[in-house]
Amino acid sequence: MFRYTKRTALREIGLWVLALVFLLPFYFLIAMALKPDSEIYSTSTLAWPQHPSLESFATALNGQGNADIVHGLINSIIMTAGSILGLVLLGALTGYVISRSTRRWSRGVYYLFLVAIVLPTQLGTVPLYIGARTIGLTGSVWGMIVLYTGMLLPLSIFLYAGFFRGLGTEYEEAAAIDGANRTQIFFRIVLPLMSPATGTVAILAGLIVWNDFFTSLIFLGGSENQTLPVSMYFFIGSLVSKWNSIFAIVIISMVPILLFYLFAQKKFIQGFAGGLKG
Amino acid sequence: MSATMYSETEVVIVPKRRRREQRQGTRPRRAGVLSFGHWWWALPGIVLVIGIHYVATAVGGAYAFTDWTGIGAFHWIGLDNFVAIFQDPTKIGALGNTLFLAIASVLLTNVIGLGLALGLNRLIKTRYALRVLFFMPVVLSPLAVSYIWKFIFDFNGPINAILNSLGLQSWVRPWLADPSFAIWAVLVVIVWQQTGFAMVIYMAGLAAVPPEIEEAAAIDGAGLWQRFWHVVLPAIRPAVAIATTLGIVNGLRIFDQIMALTNGGPAGATETLATQVYKQAFSLGNFGYGAALALLLALIILIFAVIQQRLTASRPEEA
Repeated sequence: MFRYTKRTALREIGLWVLALVFLLPFYFLIAMALKPDSEIYSTSTLAWPQHPSLESFATALNGQGNADIVHGLINSIIMTAGSILGLVLLGALTGYVISRSTRRWSRGVYYLFLVAIVLPTQLGTVPLYIGARTIGLTGSVWGMIVLYTGMLLPLSIFLYAGFFRGLGTEYEEAAAIDGANRTQIFFRIVLPLMSPATGTVAILAGLIVWNDFFTSLIFLGGSENQTLPVSMYFFIGSLVSKWNSIFAIVIISMVPILLFYLFAQKKFIQGFAGGLKG
Repeated sequence: MSATMYSETEVVIVPKRRRREQRQGTRPRRAGVLSFGHWWWALPGIVLVIGIHYVATAVGGAYAFTDWTGIGAFHWIGLDNFVAIFQDPTKIGALGNTLFLAIASVLLTNVIGLGLALGLNRLIKTRYALRVLFFMPVVLSPLAVSYIWKFIFDFNGPINAILNSLGLQSWVRPWLADPSFAIWAVLVVIVWQQTGFAMVIYMAGLAAVPPEIEEAAAIDGAGLWQRFWHVVLPAIRPAVAIATTLGIVNGLRIFDQIMALTNGGPAGATETLATQVYKQAFSLGNFGYGAALALLLALIILIFAVIQQRLTASRPEEA
C-alpha cells in the first residue's frame, strides 16, 4: 500500500527545498569568505562577490601568537590523533578485560565506567585545572592528550565492552590452542576483529576532541599552544566585523572535518545513531 | 581490591550467581587453561577514570563549600556560596536562561527532527542524500557554526537585508544586541545545529517499525494522525528517550555558542550557568564560588537525566 505517488514526489521536492533553505548559512559563509576587503560593505550581504578572491584566507593564515591558526591546526591534529590512539588502546584493553572476566569485580568496574559517563564534567574542571597547574600540565599538548583520554575513556570502554560481549570466544580459543599467549591473542586476533568498534570510537572521540572549546580554553588559555577552536576564538576577537577574514578562518576549521564526514558519512551517522544508543 | 580478586571466599559468597553463569556458558573458564588477557590490563584505565572523573568531581564538590580563590588558604563557609548565588539576579537569570535553552531546544529539535525523519521515512528516493545534508551541521564545531550565525544576525547581515528588501523596515534590529531577542537567536543556532542529530536517531528508530503494522492500522480505518499517535510513536519510544535525554544534558551545558555569539550579553541577558562557571572560576579566580555554580549545574543535569529516564521508560501504552 505504500507506493510512490504524485504526493510522494511532491514530498520529495518539498524536502529538497527545505534542505536548500536549511543550508543557506553555508552560502553566506562561502560568499563572504571570497569577498575582497573592498566588497565587505559595498556589496549586498546576500550577493555573491563580484571579484572573488582568496585574500581573506591569506590574512587568516598570518595570525600570530595566540591567534596563530596554522599552529592551532597542527596542535589540534596532534591532540585528536593522540587522544584517539589512547582511547582505542586503553578502551580496548579495559573493555576486553572487564567484559571477558566472569569475576565479580569486573561487574563493579563496568558500573564505575557507566556512572562516569553520566557524571557532569563541569564540576571536575576546577580541581583538574588546579591539579594540572600544580604538576605543570597546563599549556602542554601531552597533558591535553592525557586529559581528553581520561575524560572520554568511559564512553570508549562502554562501546568496546558492548562489542566484546557480542563476540564469541572461538577465535581466541583457537589461537590459545595454537600456542599464542595472551598478549598475542589480544593484539593479533581480538583487536583486528574489533575494527568496527574502533571506527565508532575514533569517529565519536575524534569529533568531540576536534570540536572541543571549553576544555582547551581553560587548560591552554594564556599559553602559546592553542587548539584550532581557541586560536579561532582569539583571532576573531581581534577582528571587529571583518567578516571575510573571520569566515576564512571558519572555513579552514571546517574543511578537515567536512572532508572526513563526506568521505565516511555512513560510518559517521551510524556511529552517532548506534554508538550513543547502548 | 587486588587482594580479594582471586580469593576463594568470593565463590562462597555468591554461589548462586556463579553456578548459573557456569551453566549458561558452554564451559567454565578456568585460569591457566584459557584466560582472556590479564586483569592488570584494566588498571591504567581504572586509575585514569577514578582520578579524572571521581576524585576531581568529589574535590570540586568540596570546593563549593569554601571561599578559595586559587591561592593561599581557604575557609569552610558552609552554604554561603549558594546563598550568594540565589541572592544575585545575574545568577538567577543565568539559571533561567539555562533551563529555557535546554527545554526549548529539546522540544524544537525533537519535533522538527521527528518531522524530518517521518518525511524521509519511506519511498523517498534521495533520502540518503538528504540525510547527509541535514546531518552536516552536527559534525561541525559549535563555535564555528555560531560565528556563521553571528554574521546572519548582524545588523548589516542577511536577515536584516532580507527584511529591508521585503519592506519590513520596522522589524530590522540588531538581533544579538537586543536583550529580548538575543536568547531566541541563540536558540535558533542550537536548534539549527542539533536537529540533524535527533533526525538520525528517529530515522534509525522508524526503520525498525515494520510497515505491516501501519498497513493493518490503516486497513482498520486509522487516519494518518491516529496511525502516528497510536502505532508509530509507541514503537519508537526508545528513540524518543535517547534523543531527549542527550538533548537535555547537552542543552544544559550550552557554552560555546554563548561565548561566540554574545559573550553573555547584552547586559547578562544570555548568560548561562556554564558561562558563569567559566567567568567566576577562570576569569575572576573565584574557585569556590565557581565550584558552587558548577555543583548547582551538575545537580540540575542529574535531576533532569533521572526525570527524563523515568518519564520515557515507564510511560504506559496509552501515552
